[in-house]
Amino acid sequence: MTAYIVRRLWQMVPTLLGVILLVFVLFNWVGGDPAYVLAGKISNQEQIDNIRRQLGVDQPYYVQLGIFIKQVLTADFGASWSTNERVSSILATRLGPSLTVTLPLLVLDTLISIALALAVAYVRGSLTDRLVMIACTVGLSISILVYIIVFQYFFAYKLGWFPVQGWGDSFGENLFRYSSLPILILLTVSIAPSLRLYRTFVLDEVNQDYVRTARAKGVSENRIMWIHVLRNASIPIITNLMASLPGLLLGAFLIERFFSIPGIGREVILAVERSDFPVIKAITVYVAAATIISNLLADLMYKAVDPRVQLK
Amino acid sequence: MSTVLAGTRRARRDPAVLGAHTSPSLWQLAWRRLRSDRVGMVSLSIVVVFVIMMVLSGVGLVAKDWGREVGVNYAPPTFVGADEATTAGGATTGAPTGTTAASDFHSSVVDPIGDVIAELKGEAPAATGAAGGSVDPLADVMADIRSGKGGTASSAVAPEARAATLPFGGDKWGRDVIKKTIKGSETSIFVGLAAAFVATFIGTLLGALAGYYGKWVDDLLNWFYSVFSSIPYLLLILAVAAVLQQKGTFTIILILGLTGWTGVFRLIRAEYLKHKGREYVQAADAIGASNARRMFVHVFPNVSHVVLVQLSILVVGFIKAEVILSFLGFGVPVDVVSWGSMLNEAQNELILGKWWQLVAAGTAMAILVTAFSLFTDALRDALDPKLKGLKGH
Repeated sequence: MTAYIVRRLWQMVPTLLGVILLVFVLFNWVGGDPAYVLAGKISNQEQIDNIRRQLGVDQPYYVQLGIFIKQVLTADFGASWSTNERVSSILATRLGPSLTVTLPLLVLDTLISIALALAVAYVRGSLTDRLVMIACTVGLSISILVYIIVFQYFFAYKLGWFPVQGWGDSFGENLFRYSSLPILILLTVSIAPSLRLYRTFVLDEVNQDYVRTARAKGVSENRIMWIHVLRNASIPIITNLMASLPGLLLGAFLIERFFSIPGIGREVILAVERSDFPVIKAITVYVAAATIISNLLADLMYKAVDPRVQLK
Repeated sequence: MSTVLAGTRRARRDPAVLGAHTSPSLWQLAWRRLRSDRVGMVSLSIVVVFVIMMVLSGVGLVAKDWGREVGVNYAPPTFVGADEATTAGGATTGAPTGTTAASDFHSSVVDPIGDVIAELKGEAPAATGAAGGSVDPLADVMADIRSGKGGTASSAVAPEARAATLPFGGDKWGRDVIKKTIKGSETSIFVGLAAAFVATFIGTLLGALAGYYGKWVDDLLNWFYSVFSSIPYLLLILAVAAVLQQKGTFTIILILGLTGWTGVFRLIRAEYLKHKGREYVQAADAIGASNARRMFVHVFPNVSHVVLVQLSILVVGFIKAEVILSFLGFGVPVDVVSWGSMLNEAQNELILGKWWQLVAAGTAMAILVTAFSLFTDALRDALDPKLKGLKGH
């Protein structure tokens, strides 16, 4: 087990290096000289030369890459190009609001869609099942933008049930006052795909022999669904959940923008609008690192849930 | 399996095929299965209608004059009624009555969403040009028109007679929303299709190389794949959008195509791994077919159904992505109308009770995406009948 983890951690190195290289190529090469982006349109050659020296882009490419790797390892990306705030402090302060919205969302989404998936799979083929599936397909087809615009207008602006937007200082106020409508909207959007997916996972299990055996020896239907089937269906469900973990850090771009929640997602959009390269670079690299680590965690969870899995 | 046999038997009885002793090809069988799938056929025809509409609008036969200001500003849909626009909007959506809606607009402080959106956009130095609806060069003129508006159709700014209502309403400048939606579909569908082709091409090519050659080619391309797939998709798109400064339809096709190939790669690689050891590939080798010929002439037709389904899935994803990108102002330029930019305008209009542009763009997109998703499901079932038993009940 330990040997496995060590080997997997070792294998992460080339992938992470690849991400660093990709981000480097994108921002230092594809995008042209970053000094010109930072300097803006009105600037003289002297200013640009100055900026080039500050950023280190007058050095050969391998030196620049070295600088970038050092930035990643020391978590020191310098200051934002537009607000002069330290990038590390931007990341630290924006993470909380993102997680305030996405963590409760993930928990609620998982619980609700698993319960619904078991219920719908139990009555599979019936009218209820078909109607729920049609509703899911149609619900999935409406743009998330439409949900946000309509819900924000109706529930917050018209009915006044929720604040239209904003963010407070205390955690409780943020969670229960400012996050409730965003979470409600995201739930509406995310339950349909989760439910559809989890339903197929459950359906893959309900036709297995062990279900028939359990039924034959007189296990109650409730126990079969909640204990036997759920445990087996949980393996693909966990993969799916682990795959969505990095998204938690990122927050929900659009929701954070509409409700002006000061999270990572809104920061990314602002950074793209302002061509604030250090911020985008830092967020991309660290979120990629988090993704790679959560993939490893997913494999370890597998082992925990399903003893048959052999880690090689 | 039994479905395949049944299909063949039916083919023998089919008078058209009876004389020639050929068995129907995979595509004939798939088409036959698809044709018997009612939901699949209905959704296919809806998709075809949308695509025809896109092509016609592209060559200028339909919605050519979408930019003409045929109605009054914010002309309400005909079925709502021709009188005061704001009251009509209020009656249907439960929006504030005419007077409050109008006063909301004039004091922009009461309009909290629009305020912040404007602030967000104002902060962006690079995006001011492309910020979309809210940075409105005509805002002052429009405000004058509105404050002096007495409900009459023709105002000082437009000497020509304008309709008080339009079949499905008009936008801020009185342009027909339906024509605008058709024009918008041109951008959105074209971007979706083109980007899906680019992504599928890259994914298939790399997947074929990795799966077929194995060894270091596979290692290299797999590394490439894991790098791309470890960055969350939307973040990757935004990062590329930040770097590519000039906006345009081709830029966004490039962005989506270059970032969206990973799913296709994984599946195609697995297919090629499976196929390369099969007898027919060895036989091709024995008769002296080159590697490229074996890969693309012999193996490719056998995996093309996977490619097709992936292509179809990608189109839906990319249409959605384009709408979001254009909404944020990172997509197509301001002078190009797309469903995303329509939704952007509609967001501010909704507070005034003008819901029709939102409904038009939202509904058009929902119908197309629903039809395309259902068609994708039907296509997958038709191409791989073995799956049906697993998926169905």
